[in-house]
Amino acid sequence: MPDDGRLAFSLTLNGARRDLAIAPFDTLLDVIRDQLGLTGAKKGCDMGACGACTVLADGRRIKSCLALAASYDGAAVTTIEGLEGPEGLHPLQAAFVRHDALQCGYCTPGQILSGVAVLAEGVRDAAEIREAMSGNLCRCGAHPNIVAAIAEVGGL
Amino acid sequence: MSGAAFRYARAADPAAAVTLGAAPGAAFLAGGTDLLQLWKAGVQAPAQVVDISRLPLATVAAEADGLKLGALARLHDVAAHPDVARDYPLVAEAILASASGQVRHMASVGGNLLQRTRCVYFRGGEGLACNKRAPGSGCGALEGENRQHALFGGSAACVATHASDLAVALVALDAEVEVLSAAGSRRLPLAELYRQPGEAPERDTTLAPGELIAAVQVADAARFAGRSTYLKVRDRASFEFAVVSVAAALVVAGGRIAEARLAAGGVGTVPWRLDAAEAALVGQPVGPDAFAAAGAAATEGAQPLAHNGFKVELLRRAVVRALETVGGQA
Repeated sequence: MPDDGRLAFSLTLNGARRDLAIAPFDTLLDVIRDQLGLTGAKKGCDMGACGACTVLADGRRIKSCLALAASYDGAAVTTIEGLEGPEGLHPLQAAFVRHDALQCGYCTPGQILSGVAVLAEGVRDAAEIREAMSGNLCRCGAHPNIVAAIAEVGGL
Repeated sequence: MSGAAFRYARAADPAAAVTLGAAPGAAFLAGGTDLLQLWKAGVQAPAQVVDISRLPLATVAAEADGLKLGALARLHDVAAHPDVARDYPLVAEAILASASGQVRHMASVGGNLLQRTRCVYFRGGEGLACNKRAPGSGCGALEGENRQHALFGGSAACVATHASDLAVALVALDAEVEVLSAAGSRRLPLAELYRQPGEAPERDTTLAPGELIAAVQVADAARFAGRSTYLKVRDRASFEFAVVSVAAALVVAGGRIAEARLAAGGVGTVPWRLDAAEAALVGQPVGPDAFAAAGAAATEGAQPLAHNGFKVELLRRAVVRALETVGGQA
């Protein structure tokens, strides 16, 4: 541990290992945004309610505002910046464009990452998508198009 | 930083965890979903956070004598476990009615059971009277906004409800918890983990400082699997705490109720077992008369406040509906 009380910390962020020092009380969201400079994950409510901060950590969708960064030392994290592949947009990103699944876009990174995880978890119909996506709020009210985009990619 | 600074220590093993956890100002961190909210709101200001998330206490195992849930099993993984879904659907349903998908991926079984009340006077921070957060400051809810508060188990000091859905299902199934401390381990009924507020609402549980839930044990409940349900009534369809919830499970033999389990959430200062309603069912023919008697018995002793009187009728109806659901199952 560095002498100033900060903790040595490493993360594999979107495939690249990052080593840094963090405060014991930093959230994963603050580390990603303020120290590592990736601002796709948003700080909406900062209390776990809105889902704008959703990222994937070791394959799980989590609310990074409620994740104590120190507890995620060594984790592999994917943010919206890491979702695009060599072929271009991730299929769910492309579906969001086709379905006009956003207006202001603030919640979109969290919606897409949550949606990617929901498809991996397995959903059978639109009702199950709506239930599974209840942790991501869209103030603009794009939920019907968000559900349609996820359903299309899931072949539902 | 949203709250006050704290130190961080990762427990190397359970023995280290209970030693670190017994120090003044220590707080265990598993999934962190409640602790970080409490810390950000200024409700809790731990001096040191003891990270137990990597301890080997996450096993989910269904065996002949019952179901064992490691305290650090994530809620998502418990609900998705095929043995839980098949033989303990009440547990899976209660979990799937809890929080959101992301939170269920983070939150642990033990942390869910130990989550603190959602009372707005407790969570609202300084300036609001709350004997649970600031002993001696009074209870803002007693004469204030108490639509969400308890019908059962309250005191002149506190009427806050316990918010866990999982705890309601587990209390109905007579679950026990295994607790570790520096002195060794002990086992107690989950219902005895919780304490009603009385004159000391700042103490939610009977755990001593440093005691750590290691596992939850549920005796074999496969006989209920075809006749159990978790009914959660809430202000919106998903990602919301219960106004009233009911866990119901029956064993039926020859058209009569041989065994009944009922517990309610959203109505008690602790997960509330409905003993009188169970007694009204056992030995009776399955049907509307027995269900109506149970619904009436469930509300006996209710002590409504100014704004939560509707919960009395809602509880009665929720018990009847839950029983209609399980009464009609194969």
